[in-house]
Amino acid sequence: MADASDTAEGTVAEAETDEARQHVLDDLTGALGDAVVGSHIVPGRGLWVRVTRDAWVTAAEVAKLRLGFTFFDFLSGIDWMPSPWGRYEDSTVDDGVTPFDPTALVETGLAGGDTRFQVMCRLASVRPHPAPHLNVVLKVDVPDDDLRLDSLVRLYGGANWHERECWEMFGITFDGHPGLRHLYLPGEFEGHPLRKDFPLLARLVKPWPGIVDVEPMPGEAASGDTGDNGDGAGDAEGGDT
Amino acid sequence: MTAITERQQLAYVDAQAADARVNVEVETDEGMVLNIGPQHPATHGTLRITAKLDGEQVVWADVVPGYMHRGYEKLTEVRTYPQVTTLINRIDWLGSFANEVPFILAAEQLMEIEAPPRAQAIRTILFEMARLANIVLFLGDLGVQLGAVTPAFFAFRDREHVLDQIESVTGGRFHPNFDRIGGLKDDLPKGWLADTKAVMSRIRGFCDEIETLLFGNEIFEARTRGVGVIPAEVALSYGLSGANLRASGVDWDLRRDGGTGLLHDQVDWKVWTHPDGDSFARCWVRLQETREATLMIDQLCDGLPGGPIMAKVPRIIKVPAGEAYVETENPLGAMGYYIVSKGDLGPFRVKIRSASFSNISVVPWLLKGVYVPDIITILASLYFILGDIDR
Repeated sequence: MADASDTAEGTVAEAETDEARQHVLDDLTGALGDAVVGSHIVPGRGLWVRVTRDAWVTAAEVAKLRLGFTFFDFLSGIDWMPSPWGRYEDSTVDDGVTPFDPTALVETGLAGGDTRFQVMCRLASVRPHPAPHLNVVLKVDVPDDDLRLDSLVRLYGGANWHERECWEMFGITFDGHPGLRHLYLPGEFEGHPLRKDFPLLARLVKPWPGIVDVEPMPGEAASGDTGDNGDGAGDAEGGDT
Repeated sequence: MTAITERQQLAYVDAQAADARVNVEVETDEGMVLNIGPQHPATHGTLRITAKLDGEQVVWADVVPGYMHRGYEKLTEVRTYPQVTTLINRIDWLGSFANEVPFILAAEQLMEIEAPPRAQAIRTILFEMARLANIVLFLGDLGVQLGAVTPAFFAFRDREHVLDQIESVTGGRFHPNFDRIGGLKDDLPKGWLADTKAVMSRIRGFCDEIETLLFGNEIFEARTRGVGVIPAEVALSYGLSGANLRASGVDWDLRRDGGTGLLHDQVDWKVWTHPDGDSFARCWVRLQETREATLMIDQLCDGLPGGPIMAKVPRIIKVPAGEAYVETENPLGAMGYYIVSKGDLGPFRVKIRSASFSNISVVPWLLKGVYVPDIITILASLYFILGDIDR
């Protein structure tokens, strides 16, 4: 009985929030017009809206002032280029990533995208907003040859640290940011660690064996140097199937 | 033999002194810069705060995190989904189990599977136990920051029982690594529910003790009331969450409003808020939440459903391509994982939204104009775990 009422409530809530999300999307499209270039709704879960770079701050402004998304959740970047190193594993069987092809088109996620780098920002509504816990993930394309974006610090104080992190991790400059300095990394650090082409040196020095290619079980014929694969020992039981 | 012991003792004293060091640099014309940390007892690890002073007052302050940055977002990209939980256990190390939950929920959302009811209930119990393990220590540590050492001993004494309960289920006191995509690793041991309820009443006793010992103390009130006030708009725009946000009068709790896959909606409980937004309010809200969590666990233990603890999941877990973000109300505040999957064994990108990162980003704003001794109480009341800032 409890289950039945639960699922009934669940579906009702889902349908309602879906409508609410569509409403938010309509409002954003109404305010921004052509600047909304992509959108995606997962019923009951989330709304993704991709805007043009020029409309980035305006979109956040509309979301905050007109739609009441006052809670700044996070801002971050994403590099859609497949990693040239895969998962740095010796094994090709379970590597699980498509081989790196630099000429291949970069595939992007929900709400689409045309560039390698994207910045996303999640804003949410809280009580006493009539629809608490509505949220929107704003996305924006940042072209490779001009990695800049306007800063949201004027609207959301919390964007300060998130933009600093994004700047040092992805190398995206935020115009109008009051002090774009390193947050986590030491001041003399070179490179942008969360870019896919930034090597994870620990793995380059000593590649991970993977879940199939591990040292032989005791009793099996030992081949090669056994001392090297100590880390994979725990997964050895997966190797015999 | 004695010489060695003496030398060891001296080395220990040296290390302690280095830990407690507060560097003071005097500048020539523009007042003094006080450098707190990176190794200072009030920083719970290695957070550095630079404050420019005018007499006893802070003119501006800057926070320098990153001394413990471990690059988890990069590391998740070279791990499979089940391996990631081992890493993220170390984000908020006092309430480790709670770190695993949003990640697992996000992965489950992408795979479109749901844990069986019993697993969800045990998850919720352990989630709240993690909150107790975390916040009980906060309540004890709070006294230490103000010069009262006794509450810390009480906290460690009673927290041990919570850790024992967590250990007897998961095998780990600090890093359970117990949550699995589709359910949990194991079921509860025999007699665990009764033991847990005894521990819960013990924790309620601890809350009463702290309330009379600390919250009724006029020195404590004088040091915290009206200090470090964060208005609701500022708290929201900085993304403060958890008790810090509720202490600013914002009635928002993801356990009630989030609609994620935990069973908080099946128990009776109350979201505590406080209108003041000062240090006292933040501490008070946390105290109430600790009590509320014990009551929640009691109810969940009573109504624990039977059945399996693991849904049917493939042996080798591949998460379908897509993006999902799941956020839960962790001990320190809203914690979420934005998972981007390309259908591989491991995530393509994981953005970790940790609560303390946003909670501490307000400090430069907040410390403007406060007096030097209040820096410590404000930091203590904001409550952060360094692993949760630096990730």
